[in-house]
Amino acid sequence: MTRPELLRPELLRPELLRVEGVTKAYPGVVANSDVSFSISEGEIHALLGENGAGKSTLVKMIYGLVKPDSGRMTLRGAAYTPAEPRAARASGVAMVFQHFSLFEALNVAENVALGMENPPPMKELASRIKAVSEEYGLPLDPARMVGDLSAGERQRVEIVRCLLQDPKLLIMDEPTSVLTPQEVDILFRTLRQLSAEGTAILYISHKLEEIRTLCDEATILRRGKVVATCTPRERSAREMAELMIGATLTPPERAGGTKGATALEVVDLSVASPIPFGTSLKNVSFKVAKGEVLGIAGVAGNGQDELLLALSGEVRAARDAVKIDGAGVGHTGTNERRALGLVAAPEERLGHAAAPDMSLVENALLSGALRKGLTRNGFIDWGKTEAFAAGIVKDFDVRTPGTHVAARALSGGNLQKFVVGRELSQTPTVIVINQPTWGVDAAAAASIRQAILDRAAGGAAVVVISQDLDELLEIADSFAALNEGRLTRPRPVAGLTIDEIGLMMGGAHGMEVAHHAH
Amino acid sequence: MFGGIDPALLISALMVASVPIILAAIGELIVERAGVLNLGVEGMMIMGAVCGFIVSVQSGSAVMGFVGGAIGGAAMAFIFGVLTQFLLANQVASGLALTLFGLGLSSLMGQSFVGIRPPATGAVPFGPLADIPFFGRVLFSHDWVVYASIASVAAAWWVLKATRTGLILRAVGESHDAAHALGYKVRRIRMLAILFGGAMAGLGGAYISMVRVPQWTDGITSGAGWIALAIVVFAAWRPWRALVGAYLFGGISVLQLNLQAAGARIPVEYLSMSPYLITILVLVIMSSGKGKAALNAPASLGQNFHASR
Repeated sequence: MTRPELLRPELLRPELLRVEGVTKAYPGVVANSDVSFSISEGEIHALLGENGAGKSTLVKMIYGLVKPDSGRMTLRGAAYTPAEPRAARASGVAMVFQHFSLFEALNVAENVALGMENPPPMKELASRIKAVSEEYGLPLDPARMVGDLSAGERQRVEIVRCLLQDPKLLIMDEPTSVLTPQEVDILFRTLRQLSAEGTAILYISHKLEEIRTLCDEATILRRGKVVATCTPRERSAREMAELMIGATLTPPERAGGTKGATALEVVDLSVASPIPFGTSLKNVSFKVAKGEVLGIAGVAGNGQDELLLALSGEVRAARDAVKIDGAGVGHTGTNERRALGLVAAPEERLGHAAAPDMSLVENALLSGALRKGLTRNGFIDWGKTEAFAAGIVKDFDVRTPGTHVAARALSGGNLQKFVVGRELSQTPTVIVINQPTWGVDAAAAASIRQAILDRAAGGAAVVVISQDLDELLEIADSFAALNEGRLTRPRPVAGLTIDEIGLMMGGAHGMEVAHHAH
Repeated sequence: MFGGIDPALLISALMVASVPIILAAIGELIVERAGVLNLGVEGMMIMGAVCGFIVSVQSGSAVMGFVGGAIGGAAMAFIFGVLTQFLLANQVASGLALTLFGLGLSSLMGQSFVGIRPPATGAVPFGPLADIPFFGRVLFSHDWVVYASIASVAAAWWVLKATRTGLILRAVGESHDAAHALGYKVRRIRMLAILFGGAMAGLGGAYISMVRVPQWTDGITSGAGWIALAIVVFAAWRPWRALVGAYLFGGISVLQLNLQAAGARIPVEYLSMSPYLITILVLVIMSSGKGKAALNAPASLGQNFHASR
């Protein structure tokens, strides 16, 4: 440590939480090994690492959801061993989850009440929600159903739920992955305000630029161990990324593929959402040429799932709403479209892209039977199917004990590699993928993106729907955004600014709605 | 139009006829609101019926009989709860097995009780109120279980709507992962709901064998549990609608008996199948069209919960 660092104000603030030598092992994997770090009051501390680095396990231990095998934690000098989240909340530790902690069919006030120890009567709670949410610039209407809210508004519900309990330490698990750039700005203002009031924030993310602008200190985890601590402002994003991955990164290469004729055309596509609380598509139109990658951005829940269903054929529309190579296929199902060369990989891996309890071989058969000729006279050619599955496992580096394990048994990232690989291996002419690298570590994400670009270079038309803007800007030729079921006009990626993208995505989405409700 | 049928008698009879279905349906409604689908209602009811009957005959007390019935139903539910919540067995299969098991076991237990009369469950003395024309007959001439069944509807509605217990129960049924993340004990809450559902089904069964019939015969519940299950869906998981549904179906079965007595020229078989036929029709109509969202089904219904990591 050098002398100027000792003078930094955050080091003079009293220590809030200290974690010492914490270890947690699960059968077959050590999630955290001898992890130590500390947070001062009012400090914004980043916990940085790839998927599977052990960030989530670590914060779950701090929040009382998981018990450490060994090691100790102290909160303000006193031993801190929360047996359950309730105890953690009573000690002033609150957590905003990445997902899985809101109830869609309940309203905002009820959702908040469920996260509190002794909630006041509903009427009083509703007025406190309004007061607190406005104080921190996160307007919310307590009477609205959470199922009707945008992702940004849902996150506000979680933050307000924490703030009502006056936390000393606020844990945020990947808070910006579902937000527009403008919403991120609002969130950061709120967090800085909290920090100035003395609340410490433990901020989990793998978005390095955000951490550089927001955080005072960072602890970097790799494979369950602390590999470095640093001051993010003094490091470049690349340096931190390499600390996180432990290797140098190679960005995907793009061969300057020439664009050909239009392969996929969508004209005035409107379909009602088959999903409860879903978003219907309204007059969506776009064209994708052979060799072109169209990136579709948008905050989650603005029609991404519905667009994938309508393109894959799971939801049918008018004949000429979807055209492959000029032929209207809007009224046909998935098999007819597959026969014409359209493959689709949905976002939900378990239950949609893959049948959880079936083996990888069987899952390979489910979508590959038609294009790979895996059946003969109604009988399955298991030899060929196994070879197909084994090929995917090899080409896409799927880490699995074998091709006969159930899809459920694979980690999220490995299953993602498998389902994307399965579609890309069918010599498609049109590829539709929703969230191609969701939950996949950086090296695997790079290889999936490379594979997508390779198919495009080979003449396939590609539609990538993603919430990761960096990903879209990296691989897409043209860019459009979904906002409440409407698609903006696609624009070339070259020359787009982040502000323009934010506006295309709908700005601070949902703000107006929340204001009007008052 | 009422040729030979007295409306006061008809309404009064349908209120009595609906009691077992209401009790079982309210129990199952609470279970399903907690996200558990227990298809063993029929099995729990008939075990309640036989246990209630045996206890009341042995003790000579109708009240003890109902307590025994509730315990019998809850014991069956306990088996289901252990299977599905702790051993993570499939809920549909476990529920169906529970029904088959209950039908067999009750028949075995009731063998030496055939032909015995249980102690009577008398009407609640309302004094002069019972003499009011029409209303006295309809509202103030019943035994206490009839009033208790209506009170249970009100209680279920109030708990679900206005209490924290109800909010937590709905939350668990809506998303067990989210409830777990917030630190709620999903398994314990579901187990309690399952036991409550079993006890209510048992009470309903005991009412059949001790008041409605009142004697023991094999298969005495004759599908009341299935109707209770259907009513929960028909009611879109709302207690007052379950009451309306139960009266509707209770009404049809009573009307069917009355029509037979009045000598209507419809074959008996059509009339006795009508409640079941209408149940199927209602379910088909309700689940078509706008789909499950309109049905307001608990989002985690029927899914097993396993706390991973």
